[in-house]
Amino acid sequence: MLEKALTGNKGYLLWIAFLLIVVGTGFSSYLKQLSTGLGITGMSRDVSWGLYIGQFTFLVGVAASAVMLVLPYYLHNYKVFGKITILGEFLAVASVTMCLSFIIADLGQPARAFNVLLYATPQSVLFWDMVVLNGYLFLNIVIGWTVLGAESRGAPPPSWVKPLIYLSIPWAISIHTVTAFLYAGLPGRGFWLTAIMAPRFLGSAFASGPALLILFCMFLRKFTKFDAGWTAIQSLAKIVAYAMVISVFFFLCEIFTVYYSQIPEHIYHFTYLLSGLHGHSALTPWMWACMIMGITATVLMIIPATRNSEQVLPIGCALVFFSLWIEKGISLVLVGFIPSPLETLTEYVPTLREISITLGVWGLGFLILTILYKVAITVRLTEGPQTVEH
Amino acid sequence: MYNAGKIIVGILIFLVLVSVPFWYNRGKAAAPPKLEVGTTEKQCVESTPYMKASHMKLLDQWRDDVVRNGKRIYISSTGKQYEMSLQNTCVKCHAKKTQFCDRCHDYVEVSPVCWDCHIAPKENSGPKE
Amino acid sequence: MDSTRRHFLKIAGLSVLGLGARPLIDAIADVGQPKVEPNPNALVGKRWAMIVDQKKCLKAKEGCKDCVLACHRVHNVPDMPNPKQAVKWIWQAPYEEVFPDVGNVYMAEYMKDSLKGLPLMLLCNHCDNPPCVRVCPTKATFRRDDGIVMMDFHRCIGCRYCMAACPFGARSLNWLDPRPFIKTELNMEFPTRTRGVVEKCNFCDERLAKGLIPACVEACKDKALVFGDVLDPNSEVRALLRQHPSTRRKQHLGTQPQVYYIL
Repeated sequence: MLEKALTGNKGYLLWIAFLLIVVGTGFSSYLKQLSTGLGITGMSRDVSWGLYIGQFTFLVGVAASAVMLVLPYYLHNYKVFGKITILGEFLAVASVTMCLSFIIADLGQPARAFNVLLYATPQSVLFWDMVVLNGYLFLNIVIGWTVLGAESRGAPPPSWVKPLIYLSIPWAISIHTVTAFLYAGLPGRGFWLTAIMAPRFLGSAFASGPALLILFCMFLRKFTKFDAGWTAIQSLAKIVAYAMVISVFFFLCEIFTVYYSQIPEHIYHFTYLLSGLHGHSALTPWMWACMIMGITATVLMIIPATRNSEQVLPIGCALVFFSLWIEKGISLVLVGFIPSPLETLTEYVPTLREISITLGVWGLGFLILTILYKVAITVRLTEGPQTVEH
Repeated sequence: MYNAGKIIVGILIFLVLVSVPFWYNRGKAAAPPKLEVGTTEKQCVESTPYMKASHMKLLDQWRDDVVRNGKRIYISSTGKQYEMSLQNTCVKCHAKKTQFCDRCHDYVEVSPVCWDCHIAPKENSGPKE
Repeated sequence: MDSTRRHFLKIAGLSVLGLGARPLIDAIADVGQPKVEPNPNALVGKRWAMIVDQKKCLKAKEGCKDCVLACHRVHNVPDMPNPKQAVKWIWQAPYEEVFPDVGNVYMAEYMKDSLKGLPLMLLCNHCDNPPCVRVCPTKATFRRDDGIVMMDFHRCIGCRYCMAACPFGARSLNWLDPRPFIKTELNMEFPTRTRGVVEKCNFCDERLAKGLIPACVEACKDKALVFGDVLDPNSEVRALLRQHPSTRRKQHLGTQPQVYYIL
């Protein structure tokens, strides 16, 4: 089926070429990082995780969003999603690949990465993160490819796929719960030490992922013959709306706890984020952009008129995506380190090479996504509308 | 077969390329390296055949015993005691890394990462690493 | 192929025997297992701890950094030009940074007036309940039975989870190759580290193994640093802890740090 990705119209081939250039540039920057060390990034002794881990944190949520299509369709027979579960599963594959690539890019000694398997340490949350991420990648590749392959042959998928599909539902919840636990279990980082870290991840995952899926579906509707159906898109939009409301609510809960209890160790992080601390405020404009975009997006998604509008819905979804990208992909990880445990302030600015590597990984993700989506919609469109129950 | 001409030519080119290691250096056998042991001591920590075959395994064991188990004294099969240390014990005798360690390693194209951290002794002659 | 149950059981049985063959061969082939032992001169303790006796620093010369210099020399610690990429095993900081959670401005006043505003020493606390050990995915950092939280530089993958977990900022990554930046004379008896590996104070375990006290303790001419076995009721550290009130950094987090401060 992969050969279907090798042909396409001019726009498609130009897009693939562009992505290959982005990936190639990122890779050559990565080679420089391998030979010189992580010192070519903007990370420091105080802010020891930066853009790579931030992007990984955000993408884990996007990957889990496949479950928002799989759960209604397979557990509750919500037929409307039948056409697009494959898009969710392939988005999960691309996202988890990006997550794993960002983790590898962030390692100081990537050649030793296998040590995590050789000297398995179940007490470390990072070990479990490795397990659940790789497991989820494997599940979605197998499920997506098998179901699609069966469709391309006009046959129902084999029965062993069903238990895997059911397994992928709690597994999706596990990937961002475990990632949230990476942060929520550290005694020395007050910004992360909150019980609602995992619920926050769930909220932002189910807002950002489906929002991206809506954008993809509307793109495919416009530029290909693949139509997900306005009902499916609207159902997704309702999910995004509720998830955004929950995410905003969770954020306000954090604000209350921190500002009402007035514990300095916890307040300082929020003060730095929202108004700057000791004259340092590099992240403040980002955070305000995030909040303004977030509130606007929530309003647009709640109001039926704007949610139902073909012109405004993509704007709302884009605002959801970028707002949560800033919140999880940038502010969450960095602000855990600012101020430091000694209450000193070291800020973080990514270097050009770091950004190049980051873009390279995003390019890789989009490349995988493009190829998989091309295969999926080609199968769907050439084999006819799927009438096979599964 | 379809495209028989192209395929057969391709297979022939492949066979030529894949057998390069065998015919490229024919007639010129590379001599095995001569090692300057660097010491007049007759006996290494273990016997020479054992060290030739398993010095990497021994060093790995030493590494785990010293760092992870806190044990630093090695009682070899001859009963002699040594401090388990690449940098302090091995190098005391094999002081010229370029004339001993590197000769075999270069010959078999092996670059152990030990020397990224463990400090190789300064050599007055020979090339700088 | 004959696919009766009997045939399957025969094959299964033979396979299990075959699996047992390798360990048997290994056991026979091993000619006299060599033995390993700890150094007989090694200092032995049940729970190593350190005391920072700040009043003794009053006798020190202006800008004294003897402990830092000794430690960094003995361990080939690099002097990185970019302070953001600093590698520190033991270092100095003002009271407000060492005890930021106390928030007692009058204590800070006391430090300025009665203790000349001298900075305090910070190092890895070798906690009894170390969060860094809990999070390391490869056990590259681990807690020894004698209490020392060790680093296995060979195994570290540079994920920096331990740096995130440490509530005391005691750990440093080698962001670059450290060798060009080692400004002190190389100690040929101790390795350097390589880029991508995390390091921190190791309570001089390589010196303890030879019967020597940690380099920083030895270097302090005013005996402001005291090292010993806190579980030994006759040790100097226990005596000091009995005579003076002591405090530790961020005690409320429950990591049980073993560096005690007498102010």
